[in-house]
Amino acid sequence: MTRRAADEHIAPESHVIPISLYVVIWAALMVGTGLTVFAASVDLGIFNIVVALLIATIKGTLVVLFFMHLRYSTKLTMVTVVAAICFLLIMFSLSMTDYLTRGWSTLH
Amino acid sequence: MDLQVAEHALQHHFADMEQQQETSTFGMWMFLLTEIMFFGGLFCAYLVYRSSYYEAFVEGSQKMNIWLGATNTAVLICSSLTMALGVRAAQTGKKKLMVVLLLITILFGLGFLGIKGVEYHEHWENHEFPGPNFHFQTIDKTPPVDPQHTEIYFSLYWAMTGLHALHMIIGVGLVTWIILGGLAGAYTPAYFTPVEVVGLYWHFVDLVWIYLFPLLYLISKKHGGG
Amino acid sequence: MATAVQTVERENYLNSNYGIKSWLLTTDHKRIAMLYLVSITAMFWIGGFFAMLIRLNLLTPTGDLVTSDTYNKLFTMHGIIMVFFFLIPSVPAVIGNFCIPLMVGAKDLAFPRVNLLSWYIYLLGAITALTAMVTGGVDTGWTFYTPFSTTYSSTHVIGAAVGIFITGFSSILTGLNFIVTIHRMRAPGLTWRRLPLFCWSNYAAALIMVLGTPVIAITLLLVAFERAFNIGVFNPQLGGDPLLFQHLFWFYSHPAVYIMILPGMGVISEIVTCFSRKRVFGYEFVALASIAIAVLGFLVWAHHMFVAGISVYAALVFSLLSYFVAIPSAVKVFNWTATMYKGSIRYETPMLYAFGFIGLFTIGGLTGIFLASLGLDVHVHDTYFIVAHFHYVMVGGMVMAYMAGLHFWWPKMSGRMYPEAWAKLSALLVFVGFNTTFFPQFILGYMGAPRRYHAYPPEFQVLNVLSTAGASILAVGYVLPMIYFLWSLRYGELAPPNPWNAVGLEWMTPSPPPTHNFDETPIVTWEAYDYEHQPQEEVTVGH
Repeated sequence: MTRRAADEHIAPESHVIPISLYVVIWAALMVGTGLTVFAASVDLGIFNIVVALLIATIKGTLVVLFFMHLRYSTKLTMVTVVAAICFLLIMFSLSMTDYLTRGWSTLH
Repeated sequence: MDLQVAEHALQHHFADMEQQQETSTFGMWMFLLTEIMFFGGLFCAYLVYRSSYYEAFVEGSQKMNIWLGATNTAVLICSSLTMALGVRAAQTGKKKLMVVLLLITILFGLGFLGIKGVEYHEHWENHEFPGPNFHFQTIDKTPPVDPQHTEIYFSLYWAMTGLHALHMIIGVGLVTWIILGGLAGAYTPAYFTPVEVVGLYWHFVDLVWIYLFPLLYLISKKHGGG
Repeated sequence: MATAVQTVERENYLNSNYGIKSWLLTTDHKRIAMLYLVSITAMFWIGGFFAMLIRLNLLTPTGDLVTSDTYNKLFTMHGIIMVFFFLIPSVPAVIGNFCIPLMVGAKDLAFPRVNLLSWYIYLLGAITALTAMVTGGVDTGWTFYTPFSTTYSSTHVIGAAVGIFITGFSSILTGLNFIVTIHRMRAPGLTWRRLPLFCWSNYAAALIMVLGTPVIAITLLLVAFERAFNIGVFNPQLGGDPLLFQHLFWFYSHPAVYIMILPGMGVISEIVTCFSRKRVFGYEFVALASIAIAVLGFLVWAHHMFVAGISVYAALVFSLLSYFVAIPSAVKVFNWTATMYKGSIRYETPMLYAFGFIGLFTIGGLTGIFLASLGLDVHVHDTYFIVAHFHYVMVGGMVMAYMAGLHFWWPKMSGRMYPEAWAKLSALLVFVGFNTTFFPQFILGYMGAPRRYHAYPPEFQVLNVLSTAGASILAVGYVLPMIYFLWSLRYGELAPPNPWNAVGLEWMTPSPPPTHNFDETPIVTWEAYDYEHQPQEEVTVGH
């Protein structure tokens, strides 16, 4: 059994993220929340949803990269996250091929 | 002492702690992938109905209390900070600090659930729970444009936030478990995987809310509620 | 490679601990596989019982055996049990659980306790669903289409839906365990290119399990809530869209058929190479084809909805995508055939089932391509053509693969050889019985006989009687292995570590393996299916 030598007690996660970085991310998330609420009060028409989702995605990315340590994780973990997003988008987009085209006239 | 804890925690089918830690973390990411798809079904339903019945969704969304929703968003973000710092405390061997930070995390979580409870109560009183007792009144008392589909909006609201709240409750339970383990000295810089893994779960629950808030509360510029 | 038959019972995973607690609280993947074997077999027979009643009822055009309401319950429960409680777990939970750690040279799966939990979850789900069935039944079809399932059916929909919901988590946990194990627990030297194709196939199936199952979970949960609280997300009378249910349902249930077939294909890959004494032709292509099937399988679900009311433009998209998904399956069939070409073929039972699989899966798969064509599907949708198609791939394909795998790894799992002559007879009965049962259904469907009807026009009777006759032969073909496998546990010849002279880490352990699998972690230095360097010895099989 390949076991690490006992006196080598290597902490599995060797990187320690500085507290300041966590606080900066937190601040960014709070600002983002404020921005989201503010942007909703401005009438941007069709772009309201785009802005809202954009801000949410930026916030989400910060949470995933830094709070969840994806930035410091293996490539495999990143592939997992990307895969989840991809299949979610597949479910959304292919379903919408139905809903968006139902009103279209039929082929002749 | 650290080493003994780590060695005791090493499961027999792993070659070493590093393999165990990487495997456990990967396992939790995989589980979160399934959670993304689980919530994803509801998001898909939301997407379909919102795109087809936008006006009805706008009217429903206007009955949401944006300030409570925004507060809850802030509460969760703060809880993520304390959670991340708590994991860091475990990683650097600061047991007491970890316990304190995780306790604060739980308080934030309970705060979120409390605010949610207040909102639910109000929606319930307003007959905004779908079913035979559903009766929708717009925010400015004008006739609703499409009450049938506003009921669908509320179905999705209750389903999505309800599922999210359930995950919060489970999260609070998991963090409690970690605190108990921490108090008993189970975690050291050489072995704090359970803390890290529960942290991942907690952040995920925060992440879901980051999307729920704008999608459910902020659909249109004409926001009211209070 | 030791081939001397052992005459003394060593310590192994079966006898290392006695008592019911040592089984019910085990975390040994091999014991958990056996627990699954017992429960899945029980569910198979229950599902088969419903099938028997269906076929008996269809002996007469007026369907005299049961009322139409009861008939609706029969095909519903047959479908639910066979899909969710038999086919989906079958190879992964039994053969996968047993073999994957051995194949990758590990002591266990990544999360042994999660593995045990998955079995308990499976049991809980099965008991919940069975309770719903026994206390009144379900009649919505295994597809639970709304608003009938949410609003108009008066049967135990919630119980069945909740049962399936619960069991879904068993599938998710199994898939999660497999993916993590294959990524993280491979022995030194076991690169992805050396991984047995059985592992590749189960890995691909596991991807589908973790990505797809949660969606049906939330969908069935919504159905249960809708039924309980009269909500209306899927009810057109309350503003909902029944097609949304179908989109969400089939988003999982189409990939689910690949969850069912991929592990079976993995079994066939292992068997074809071993019994041809040849490397798999195009190993990389077969491995990547598994992944391709898993991914492409997620893009085609609405081909179940061509006549349901989706937009014709969406139907075009899904029809085109459905053609693509057939390509990797065809690649596999070609590669198996090419593996056999100029191989030194042996005709033991596993190989017989493998031959059956390749032929019958090809027929089933080809008819699937017919169905991908919009024009044809409009004609045969909801007829027996569909029923024949999916039984060809699921029974002619998947169940045969499961039988093949059971026979192939039986010596490893039980330490005993099964009786070869009886096994060959059973394989023949299964093949003859299966084709007699289901080929007439292609004809019936093409002639317009609708599915899910308890009665039919008299001109369809001959083919129906033929189908029922075939089913009774098929049943015998399934009963015999039950008997002789059990018999072999006591009276079968003791199995050597490698009765088939196969290449693979699992064949380097004793039969049955010790609890900890390997005394020392193996180091892999050979390529997959290195049959050129395997000694060509006469294999001793059970009498």
